[in-house]
Amino acid sequence: MASRRMCSLLSHSLTSPTSSAALFSRGNIGRNIASPSRGISKYSTAAAIENPVDPPFEVKHTQLLINGQFVDAASGKSFPTLDPRTGDVIAHVAEGDAEDINRAVAAARKAFDEGPWPKMTAYERQRIVLRFADLIEKHNDELAALETWDSGKPYEQSAKVEVPMLTRLMRYYAGWADKIHGLTVPADGPYHVQTLHEPIGVVGQVTPWNFPLLMFAWKVGPALACGNTIVLKTAEQTPLSALFAANLLHEAGLPPGVLNVISGFGPTAGAPLASHMDVDKFAFTGSTKTGQVVHELASRSNLKPVTMELGGKSPFIVCEDADIDKAVELAHSALFFNQGQCCCAGSRTFVHERVYDEFVEKSKARALKRAVGDPFLKGIEQGPQVSNAQFEKILEYIKSGIESGATLESGGERLGNKGYYIKPTVFSNVKDDMLIAKDEIFGPVQSIFKYKDLDEVIRRANATLFGLAAGVFTENLDTANTLTRALRVGTVWVNCYNIFDAAIPVGGYKMSGHGREKGIYSLENYLQVKAVVTPLKNPAWL
Amino acid sequence: MASQNSDDSSASIFVKNPTIKFTKLFINGEFVDSISGKTFETIDPRTGEVIAKIAEGDKEDVDLAVKAARQAFDHGTWPRLPGSERGRIMMKFADLIEENAEELAALETIDGGKLFSMNKAMDIPQAASSLRYYAGAADKIHGEVLKMSRELHGYTLQEPIGVVGHIIPWNFPSIMFSVKVSPALAAGCTMVVKPAEQTPLTALFYAHLAKLAGIPNGVLNVVSGLGSTAGSAISSHMDIDVVSFTGSTEVGRKILQAAAASNLKVVSLELGGKSPLIIFDDADVDMAADLALFGILYNKGEICVASSRVYVQEGIYEELVKKLVEKAKAWVVGDPFDPKVQQGPQVDKKQFEKILSYIEQGKGEGATLLTGGKPLGEKGYFIEPTIFAEVKEEMLIAKDEIFGPVMALAKFKTIEEAIKRANNTRYGLAAGIVTKDLNVANTVSRSIRAGTIWINCYFAFDNDIPFGGYKMSGFGKDFGLEALHKYLQVKSVVTPLYNTPWL
Repeated sequence: MASRRMCSLLSHSLTSPTSSAALFSRGNIGRNIASPSRGISKYSTAAAIENPVDPPFEVKHTQLLINGQFVDAASGKSFPTLDPRTGDVIAHVAEGDAEDINRAVAAARKAFDEGPWPKMTAYERQRIVLRFADLIEKHNDELAALETWDSGKPYEQSAKVEVPMLTRLMRYYAGWADKIHGLTVPADGPYHVQTLHEPIGVVGQVTPWNFPLLMFAWKVGPALACGNTIVLKTAEQTPLSALFAANLLHEAGLPPGVLNVISGFGPTAGAPLASHMDVDKFAFTGSTKTGQVVHELASRSNLKPVTMELGGKSPFIVCEDADIDKAVELAHSALFFNQGQCCCAGSRTFVHERVYDEFVEKSKARALKRAVGDPFLKGIEQGPQVSNAQFEKILEYIKSGIESGATLESGGERLGNKGYYIKPTVFSNVKDDMLIAKDEIFGPVQSIFKYKDLDEVIRRANATLFGLAAGVFTENLDTANTLTRALRVGTVWVNCYNIFDAAIPVGGYKMSGHGREKGIYSLENYLQVKAVVTPLKNPAWL
Repeated sequence: MASQNSDDSSASIFVKNPTIKFTKLFINGEFVDSISGKTFETIDPRTGEVIAKIAEGDKEDVDLAVKAARQAFDHGTWPRLPGSERGRIMMKFADLIEENAEELAALETIDGGKLFSMNKAMDIPQAASSLRYYAGAADKIHGEVLKMSRELHGYTLQEPIGVVGHIIPWNFPSIMFSVKVSPALAAGCTMVVKPAEQTPLTALFYAHLAKLAGIPNGVLNVVSGLGSTAGSAISSHMDIDVVSFTGSTEVGRKILQAAAASNLKVVSLELGGKSPLIIFDDADVDMAADLALFGILYNKGEICVASSRVYVQEGIYEELVKKLVEKAKAWVVGDPFDPKVQQGPQVDKKQFEKILSYIEQGKGEGATLLTGGKPLGEKGYFIEPTIFAEVKEEMLIAKDEIFGPVMALAKFKTIEEAIKRANNTRYGLAAGIVTKDLNVANTVSRSIRAGTIWINCYFAFDNDIPFGGYKMSGFGKDFGLEALHKYLQVKSVVTPLYNTPWL
């Protein structure tokens, strides 16, 4: 449901920006907010971003979480986490490195080998995770504010979609805990054969900065349901919400050592985790480039299996029979959602030539209407990019698009003088060999391509190293079925986009990754299969 | 000798009679009188006295309840909610059961004579945990995409089957209520529940809690009444899509006939049993004696999977019999509210008399009465733990389900003989094996024609373990994800594909 709300929130409720107000206007969380009277009706109104809303929460947890305790880094080092609205420091966070990873893995190892977590009944594990979900619900607004503050995503999206989705996911996985089935297996002779689905052990997980809490749920949820223990490294851009959530999980009754959270950087904390000899499984979400490094580290150390959700350059195909207004809106949200910082972003919009001109014109109009500004304000659809590095990178790609001859329909530059805001950018007449057609930009840059027939668009849509997702927009059943099977991607959304229910698996073909998260498929990542065979004497049947 | 603590002086200490709040039918979200205005008495088996008068539903009331359920299914929100939201409401229902555990446990004791301590520790928490198990399954109902041999796209939808009739027994009123209702709720069905006329109280209480939890009106209806009128109306109703029954084999047959004669509704039956417990020479004798005794005396022997036939290998037979008798004599029968008591009264006079008549039959047939054999006390329906030895296959007490604290003990020599005799029954509900030998355990497990095999344990039920019978013990499963599928229809959907890159 949450994801359906996500879709409708994106497609409808935010299209007509309302008068602005800080979202903290209700209840006790509104006390520190100066009531802003500035209006945000579209991105060109930049005044709001000059005087950012002061989030009414204090950052409570900045240390590493090891063996159920918040502790400083062994080195004593810390790093600043920045507010992308301003570039100012939110907090200094303990910076974990190899030594902290060792401590965390040792705690997780002990919690796995000695218990009680894997030895508990699944029902007890389930009850702890359900209590955690209740606690998240209770702290919904606080978690949402932390998420927005650290990452720049609209608070409405955090509070109404992402944090509720976190509770939804945790409840979903809680329900799996007591339904993990091995099989009894037929044998060719007189043997009794069964498979035990055992927890895999100590799991290392690395989450990205674009959906810190949702990725926490995708990773931690199934690992816990299956009875594993975890060392989680969060992205250095967004360490705050995971620490808060992990603390709630302990409040819910999670035994110490089961979930350890290390803030830190990829080369110094992520790498020692990926190459740790005592980590049995690794799961990573992030860029394809880092995914390759992670895979190498895993294979060079103890050959731990690796699940990876990597980059994408997902096609969104608008057929000639499509309802253009709906398609424009959906293609717009498919790309611009979360400041364009989605691995599944519909970053290649293929439009049939018969409807191309109308589509481009309307897409441009929609982008110009997009409400960009302080993510803490009501009605804002787009906040700042997560960091200066991302911001600069996106502007470089925009420059490259202009230089390579694509037509800039809207945007193309930063918004205001402060923080990492970028105007919603639409390119038309994009050609397949341009850099903006090939690389994952991870920003608010829509590229529109023209095509003639189905075979052509299938070929072009598949002509990429990636294979994460695709959108198909048509009323024709046969076209929908043909495209669905022909596209080499892990998810096809037909007449919808970004539907991320708990039960729907997500994952990539090709260089978009290995394995699937969410749904029943995610459990496989965190289970070992043990076949048990014993002879049968005089069996009644085989 | 087994003692009885329910004499007048001690009984009063333990009486925790709860107020009876719900005595009417629950139809379309409201408690209502029966159309006829009739009531029946529900009796306290400790004393034989009337606890309360309960609205007696019959055909007209069942019609109303089915109409409400039909409306709720055809036009209501329940089957149209996402599974996750049904699950949330069911979780809330479970929480409410836990909050009312003390009161529910007491109701279960006065109505069914069941041990208060067990109700509180086991039956009521199990009712909550079943709901949670299926709540967690509600968003995990998967159809399949199919492998086709031509250019076709095929898939299955698992659809809720519709309106369900549940007819539940009096021996585990809470657990049976939850085990029937929970998977049907998770699947998105609507339902009419008929509790046993001996024990209607908790089912009506659960209906009240279901409403508080947010289960929409009409989704869960409870019609208390008799089998011959209300039960029969459910099994022959033209607008009920599936009937799920737990009870005797005799009634099960009637239900199947009624279903066939009416609308061919799907039927699932959990019926009687005469389950063997086979104890081999290598067993730990003390542990085996405990299991055997527990297997027959638990819940006063009123359990369909009772280990009512105990086969002991000759090497340990004498020693085991000695222990069994000692332990049976130390077994405490009395007021089920007394925490020291291990066995309360039988559920009603009819059962009490039936059990005593089987005991007489056993004596008459020439079985050796080792212990027990008599009623206990002047009041209520208490029976001594009873063990017969040298029971022959052809004796009635070896063949019939007695449903009381009466064990039939026999000696065997070889594994083949044990298997043969264990299978020599029209039932096939469960069996127990006590051995340390892996090969014996495996061979016997596969050889016994029964739905559940317990090796070195007994009554090991669990939410995830499907439970149901072979042969005349019925068909269809309760518990586990199998039970969910009783309440789902499979629809296959097929459409042509053009130019597909793979098949």
